[in-house]
Amino acid sequence: MRDFSYLRANSIDAARQAAALPGAMLLAGGTTLIDLAKCGVTEPDTVVDITHLKGLDTVTVDDQGAMIGALARMSSVADDADIKSRFPAVSEALWQAASAQLRNMATIGGNLMQRTRCPYFRDPANFPACNKRSPGSGCSAIGGVTRGHAVLGTSEACIATYPGDLATALVAFDAIVHLGDRQIATDDFFLLPDATPDREHAIAPGEMITAIGIPASAAARRSTYLKVRDRQSYEFAAAGAAVGVEFEADGRTIKDLRVALGGVATKPWRARAVEEALKGKLLEPDTVRRASLLAIEGAVDHGANQYKIELAPRVVARAILKVGETA
Amino acid sequence: MTSKTPIHLDINGHRHELEVEPRVTLLDALRDHLGLTGTKKGCDHGQCGACTVHVDGQRVLACLTLAAQAEGRAVTTIEGLAEGDGTLHAVQAAFLEQDAFQCGYCTPGQIMSAVACIREGHAGSDDEIREYMAGNLCRCGAYPHIVAAVRQAALEVAS
Ligand SMILES: Cc1cc2nc3c(=O)[nH]c(=O)nc-3n(C[C@H](O)[C@H](O)[C@H](O)COP(=O)(O)OP(=O)(O)OC[C@H]3O[C@@H](n4cnc5c(N)ncnc54)[C@H](O)[C@@H]3O)c2cc1C
Ligand code: SF4
Repeated sequence: MRDFSYLRANSIDAARQAAALPGAMLLAGGTTLIDLAKCGVTEPDTVVDITHLKGLDTVTVDDQGAMIGALARMSSVADDADIKSRFPAVSEALWQAASAQLRNMATIGGNLMQRTRCPYFRDPANFPACNKRSPGSGCSAIGGVTRGHAVLGTSEACIATYPGDLATALVAFDAIVHLGDRQIATDDFFLLPDATPDREHAIAPGEMITAIGIPASAAARRSTYLKVRDRQSYEFAAAGAAVGVEFEADGRTIKDLRVALGGVATKPWRARAVEEALKGKLLEPDTVRRASLLAIEGAVDHGANQYKIELAPRVVARAILKVGETA
Repeated sequence: MTSKTPIHLDINGHRHELEVEPRVTLLDALRDHLGLTGTKKGCDHGQCGACTVHVDGQRVLACLTLAAQAEGRAVTTIEGLAEGDGTLHAVQAAFLEQDAFQCGYCTPGQIMSAVACIREGHAGSDDEIREYMAGNLCRCGAYPHIVAAVRQAALEVAS
């Protein structure tokens, strides 16, 4: 790991100013930044440690929704009693991510900014071609080993999967990213690769995530995150689904439905076609399975990741049926 | 490029002064600068758990923590777990009793993780132990004995 200078920020403004300088990067839990610095993927000149800032690690929940400070740790948000009861999908997405140690370190702000696990991206010494790392250099994954790569939202420039679990739940429930005074919907915060896969987030140098707001909803209260992976724990999603449902007074007709997919797309993927197809319908297995196929409309595989096209709708259907059951 | 900077670390209740480059991780500071080699370096990328230590009572990975970030926090390593007179911590004793290791390389990390796992209240069943100990890999595959040791220690700590 190349050396850098270390600076401890003592106010949000100081952090933003320091991070706006070329070569400077914010440092929170370090679980992405230090890892990628060791891989030679990120080479900061200065790291600006924001973990000593006060007041950014709180979680408040009321009837309007939840407000989660950017420095709240994944573990404390996962264990928060109000998040568990009002936003179960958020808690489940968090405790099923990474490991207990990593969740004690990693912050919510840093979590949204985590980078892809594309093995070519992580290995500059052996694979110089990567459009995400060095724009215009090509893509080593296309034509390579693609088992973990995306089937939705890909471009000719990049097919890397967005790996995070939390953001999948956030996108399903219309969460808002707070960058100080500027607010942006999570769905718009994550960018498609298109021709510029190096730009992953709608955030400018010198901006800092200060909080995530999640509006309260009946669907969020009755929600789940289903994560299917190669091993039972401590692994990224092969396919994941955040789902929430609200029923009409009859307890069977779907009034509101939220569906988002993780592990299969280049950004957290809201599946609105599934939602629309099922609103007003009775929640029945056959109807749900058929509608869930809409989740992978437009999917394109690159060989070894073809299984995701079959897997994703099944994960969506299972998640919808699971939240439907617990009436 | 950057020069060494002096930092103070509080490790196992002792204050240490050292001069390190900012890029030095807590793991390298412990092992290479302070001679505390109980904390192991496995993957060095946060994937194996061998470097698990406690910072302010929470289990974290020393390989992804900068030494500078640990300044002002209380660090506990495997060397700080037993009592002053050498009496082993309940988890250490349970690992011995249950034969919860073969080569022993992952063991300090397993033990530090298990102590926190029990304290967090995540050792209620074998399934819960497996889930919350998932961040500590054991290449020898001593998992069944590790689960047994954590289960035993959790019962002892509770009583
Ligand atoms: C072995 C391993 C397994 C993992 N498994 C999973 C998994 O299963 N599911 C999952 O979802 N994640 C997983 N992760 C990823 C993990 O969740 C992220 O690394 C973590 O959430 C990043 O948070 P951090 O605070 O450590 O960020 P840092 O590493 O400190 O920062 C990451 C990036 O965000 C920027 N940043 C940090 N804070 C802010 C802010 N407030 N505003 C703007 N920019 C900011 C930094 O400059 C940096 O570029 C895994 C990671 C590892 C190492
Ligand atoms: S898929 Fe994207 S991240 Fe992976 S090598 Fe290609 S351009 Fe790089």
